Amino acid sequence: MSAVLTAKGLQKSFGAVRAAADISLTFDPGIVVSLIGANGAGKTTFLNMVTGYLRPDSGQILFGERDIVGLSPRRITKLGISRSFQIPQLFNSLSVRENLLVAESIAAMDDPQAAADETLARFELAPYAAQKAGLLPEGIRKLLDVSMALSSRSKLLLLDEPTSGVSADEKFAIMDVVMGAARVAGVTVIFVEHDMDIVARFAGRVVAFYDGSIIADGSPDTVLRAENVRRYVIGEEIPHAAA
Amino acid sequence: MKAAIVAIASLAALTALALLAPQWLVFMAMLALAKGVVVLGLLVLMRTGLVSFGQGLYFGIGAYTAALLSHHLHVADAAVMLLAGAAAAGLMAALLGLLLAGYRDIFFAMLSLAFSMILYGVLVKSAALGSTDGFNLHARTFFGVALAPGVERRVFLIAGAVCAVVVALLAHRLLGGHWGRLSTGVRDNELRVAYLGASPYRVVYVNYLIAGAMAGLGGALAALAVGHVDPEMTYWTTSGEFVFIAILGGTQSILAPFVAASIFEALRTIASQYAPNVWQMSLGLAMLAIIMFLPAGLWTLAERRRRSA
Repeated sequence: MSAVLTAKGLQKSFGAVRAAADISLTFDPGIVVSLIGANGAGKTTFLNMVTGYLRPDSGQILFGERDIVGLSPRRITKLGISRSFQIPQLFNSLSVRENLLVAESIAAMDDPQAAADETLARFELAPYAAQKAGLLPEGIRKLLDVSMALSSRSKLLLLDEPTSGVSADEKFAIMDVVMGAARVAGVTVIFVEHDMDIVARFAGRVVAFYDGSIIADGSPDTVLRAENVRRYVIGEEIPHAAA
Repeated sequence: MKAAIVAIASLAALTALALLAPQWLVFMAMLALAKGVVVLGLLVLMRTGLVSFGQGLYFGIGAYTAALLSHHLHVADAAVMLLAGAAAAGLMAALLGLLLAGYRDIFFAMLSLAFSMILYGVLVKSAALGSTDGFNLHARTFFGVALAPGVERRVFLIAGAVCAVVVALLAHRLLGGHWGRLSTGVRDNELRVAYLGASPYRVVYVNYLIAGAMAGLGGALAALAVGHVDPEMTYWTTSGEFVFIAILGGTQSILAPFVAASIFEALRTIASQYAPNVWQMSLGLAMLAIIMFLPAGLWTLAERRRRSA
């Protein structure tokens, strides 16, 4: 099975800050991967490089066989990589349904109206269809943001903190809806997440970032138990072994 | 369906006006139509969140193209003048749009203003084009049919009405569908538009082109109505007038620019007759009142009535 996405030796610095130090990762199709790490560890920088928002200083990003470094976000979206944002990026003066209509029409669906209705149902957004996006509660804004990303019929879906800014009791419900829709669409999902319960529940693979490097990569069980992950990512106090 | 009824009713009313009204009213109606078409173009552009303070550029190009055809090439057909005016303005917009579509907000507004003032400067210095005085034009036929002296304006008003209705229907269709939503999307959030796979630049470019061509059509209509062109048509006060009318009417409806342009022309005619020295001040006061009490333009009144009904 050939990889959906391959990053080779990605480097990116902002002045003295190393946001990516030789990142190499391979993602197989159909898998759900979580990127974890403290703020500033380089997770979002990685997403931004994959979607063309930032250009790596060096390294290669292959989408399938194709090198996508240097392409614009628009081109990369057209190739089949879509994303949601930590702060939902919506058309605030349009209704929820109109937001989806814009997305479905850009994706050149034969029948955007029907496609929008289908998406509304799948993301349980139908009750909000006529409301202006600018007036929605945060959890619904998050869902709409993801639903618009998925409407472009992409092969790879990147989610930047899909549950941030949402109350604790809503998080699982939102992730259930998002992951259910992603499964139906058959996309590969890479999501950045800070809530380790969410990670443990939804990810099939976890990649831990620290200071622009990858410090652990594997199944949730092994990665979330690794000592350096618990120390640097989860922030647990780990008693020093008696030396 | 509703649009078709409004279109037919407007056409009938304007035709009746053209045939029955006194000459001064026919003249005023034609100027209002011409400006309404320009402002409707501005409305299309405003959907993407951009205001041009330089539509006088395309208004002037449309007018001068019509006049040059008449004066230098001896084309005397009004229909040709109208089409040529719109086409010439559209061509210029296609060119300048390549640059302007990359700018936003105040930079876009000021750059559009600058281009219109360049044309103004060129026209004022061009002796061959009559400098500050401009020159006259005469249209003697319409689609090849000779026009009897005295009825030209009435025919032009009907022609203008047909142009305006066609343009308004096209704009209604355009803005009512995907393109209108996409344009609003560009205004709200360009980042999301790009991350859905569409080009904000292209949306702005196309809307700028449409606005330019419509301003050219309006300019040619105005030139036919007045029978004269001068550099004032490209001056920033003319561009400002279009923005004024757009704010006066609001951006809620395709009809608003025409209603607002009619009110503007009537206000100006009355004010300059009874208060020639302070007519601009009365316009200023009207603007102040609109912004304070009807921030979404006169159309707010219609909306309020609909909601209370």
